Amino acid sequence: MNDLNQMFFQECDDLLEQLSSGLNELEAGAGDDETVNSMFRAVHSMKGGAGAFGLDQMVSFAHAFENVLDDIRSQRLTVGDNVVNLLLTASDHLADLVESASQGAELPPDQGASILSDLKHVSNAANGTSDNAEEPAEEIDEADFQPTFLALDGDLPSLDEMGAPEDDGPEEGGTVEIRFKASPQLFANGHDPAILFRSLESLGKLEVEADLTELTPLRDGAWSDPALRWILTFSPDDSVDEAAIREVFEFVEGLCELEISMASAGPGGLPPLPAPSDIQLLPNALAEDTVTATPAAPRSGGAPAPNQTDAAAPAAVRSSSSRTSTIRVDLDRVDRLINLVGELVIAEAMLRQSMDEMPSSANSGVDEAMSQLKTLSGAIQESVMAIRAQPVRSLFQRMSRIVRETAREAGKSARLVTVGDATEVDKTVTERLVEPLTHMIRNAIDHGLETPEARRAAGKNERGTVTLEASHRSGRVVIVIKDDGAGINREKVRQIAIEKGLIRPEDDLGDADIDNLLFRPGFSTAGEISNLSGRGVGMDVVRNEIQSLGGRVSLQSVPGRGTSVTVSLPLTLAVLEGMVVKIADQSLIVPTLPLREMLQPGQAKVHTLCDGDSVLALNGEMVPIKDLGTALGFRSTPVSLGNQSLLLIEGDSGQRYALAVDGIAEQREVVIKGLEQNYQKIPGIAAATILGDGKIALIVDTDQMIAPPGQGGWVDRAWPDATGDVHHA
Amino acid sequence: MHDTQTESRTANRVEIVCFTVEDQDFSIEISHVLEIRGWTSTTTLPHAPDFVVGMMNLRGTVLPVVDLSLRLGFGKTEPGKRHVIIIAQIDHKIIGFLVDAVSDIITVDEAEMQATPDVSSSRTQAFIRGVHSLDDKLVRAIDVREVLPREAPLSA
Repeated sequence: MNDLNQMFFQECDDLLEQLSSGLNELEAGAGDDETVNSMFRAVHSMKGGAGAFGLDQMVSFAHAFENVLDDIRSQRLTVGDNVVNLLLTASDHLADLVESASQGAELPPDQGASILSDLKHVSNAANGTSDNAEEPAEEIDEADFQPTFLALDGDLPSLDEMGAPEDDGPEEGGTVEIRFKASPQLFANGHDPAILFRSLESLGKLEVEADLTELTPLRDGAWSDPALRWILTFSPDDSVDEAAIREVFEFVEGLCELEISMASAGPGGLPPLPAPSDIQLLPNALAEDTVTATPAAPRSGGAPAPNQTDAAAPAAVRSSSSRTSTIRVDLDRVDRLINLVGELVIAEAMLRQSMDEMPSSANSGVDEAMSQLKTLSGAIQESVMAIRAQPVRSLFQRMSRIVRETAREAGKSARLVTVGDATEVDKTVTERLVEPLTHMIRNAIDHGLETPEARRAAGKNERGTVTLEASHRSGRVVIVIKDDGAGINREKVRQIAIEKGLIRPEDDLGDADIDNLLFRPGFSTAGEISNLSGRGVGMDVVRNEIQSLGGRVSLQSVPGRGTSVTVSLPLTLAVLEGMVVKIADQSLIVPTLPLREMLQPGQAKVHTLCDGDSVLALNGEMVPIKDLGTALGFRSTPVSLGNQSLLLIEGDSGQRYALAVDGIAEQREVVIKGLEQNYQKIPGIAAATILGDGKIALIVDTDQMIAPPGQGGWVDRAWPDATGDVHHA
Repeated sequence: MHDTQTESRTANRVEIVCFTVEDQDFSIEISHVLEIRGWTSTTTLPHAPDFVVGMMNLRGTVLPVVDLSLRLGFGKTEPGKRHVIIIAQIDHKIIGFLVDAVSDIITVDEAEMQATPDVSSSRTQAFIRGVHSLDDKLVRAIDVREVLPREAPLSA
């Protein structure tokens, strides 16, 4: 049950995403019939699932939602701005319902009440009904039907009748003949024709006949292939149209052959269809394809050729994307696989190393096989990493909600444009980007965009645009958050920084320096703390979060034109580019990201101050030198700097220092292994990795090396243990 | 009736892994033990208590190795090929214990474990859960959670 529950909520996430992308298309005015159809299906599926789990709140809301979509689908309702807005709010609320249900809670009933009544109002208005006769849970009662006896045995129609069933013609006004044949897959998916027929019967009078012509003796035919064809003669009740009939078969679309032949409209009113009325759904054909194709045909007839291709293009994209099949895999399994592949790569390196130690007369065939193995294990590693990667689309779609909400709260008009949302990023990265992105989007709208009046005065579109752009650039993922607002008011930023004591009034700062003040802890530009972005989280927190992902943030702003924040992230958190260095017989890894320069022994101009402290003279700048060996407690006194290599490190806040190491071995990519899981955080060490010889190397945390002495200095920290003994590090 | 008695007796029976440190017998519940491995070299950790020998690589898992001899107050072990590491899982952590040798796996009755004698050392009281007397041996049951290195306080 728990598994089922979880599956349902995962599916809901997918469906919400589908709904959301449909809404985006509608909003942009690009949606066609299929867009609405797919949105309808998404809401409908959620309603069905919610019904099965007894989530009444969700069912009734989804039902009202679905009705509005149905009205749009059947063109009783035209899509205007206010309808799109209502749908957007409704989808937000539906997402809230899903989330609260996934936590086993219900939302307070008044929360969505106004949205629900809006939805009902719109759909009632569209249908010309003002009464509230429609009960929200009407449709899910289908399960309660009296079992109907299906005339399966005896009384078989004669073959003549079978051959020409059409000749029978409609006996009375408004009958529909439906021919139905299930594919094996229909049964495999757990559907049952009898249940479908029963729900059809709830819409009118139904007669069911079985066509046994294809029935072969059991020993001849493939026993698993359905051989029965059903002929249903259906007299629908009033107000039941073809769409309602099709809806019954909606969940078996593509799993059956279905022919619906409408007879002439009876008094009760099935309108004659404009298009050829029988659509044959072939087994295994994707529902999307078939349904898009049909409405496209009449449209293209009247329209010139270019339009036709325009209409076909999105449909083609959609169907190709829906054809890629996916499976859901527990993330733990993927991680285990990634670990194992990491092992494989290490084992391969160990094998290679011990082979290199063998006399060179060794078989060259082995050598060749080894290099093949190396290529293969590299390829496996890459593909396994790709499993964790997922498009940023869902992340971006979450942001469109933030844009709507923030704009509403701030009394501004804004829209979100996303570019490159198919860009793939490691799942952990996308998850951890939610907070910082939310914050930056809020900032962009609250501080960046001007009020509609000010925008009009400046000759801009009243509606501000926030652009989210993702792309891959030289092995990193770059995400840009751009607004077309007023840009940073540098004069104001400077003034605030002076007030807060971050800079002195006489300090001479360039534009970039002033922009960087925004990242300083304790800086908040909002004149009065606004409800939106002044939540005690500043850009410094955003930067910290991005940095903890191994990324960098930078900011560009043009007055009057807008501000853009660029976030650059590593493709994966599992691998890091590092320099292998030697200290006191130990191998350590220094990440290459903050590394600016390397100096060999004797190359550097070193000046010793007192107490063994020394500085490096570099381009007229004095850079303090830290001995990595003593900093980590591997030795008590620094060895002579004359024999050491220096690594020039630039911290993220711009401080520079030189790290003295005994030697530099090589540059390589290392797989990051956390230390906290089995041990604990070690000051000055970020993580560990396993080198080619199977030995563990620690990865140096370059930022912690900068911590000034006395301020949370970690070097002299005492270590109390269980017995109260104190070991000094 | 007879059955329930046997059941209650077996319910108290636990398997323990006996090992020696400096010729003394100790034990750890088998439920904690994942595997037993020969000594492999470790990577020294900075700022670690002296009884943490270093980090070892167990098929890709990075885990700390604790020198039980030093931890129990017998003096530092100079690890060599004879020494073994007991890989144990305690809560969610995986830890290696460096010991001299693993001697036996036996079944004992938990109820028959004697309390730690009232000795003065607080370390004994904390680290030894109790004692099993087997034949002429005293097997000390180690409290695995107590011998682990403690998390360093965040604010020094």
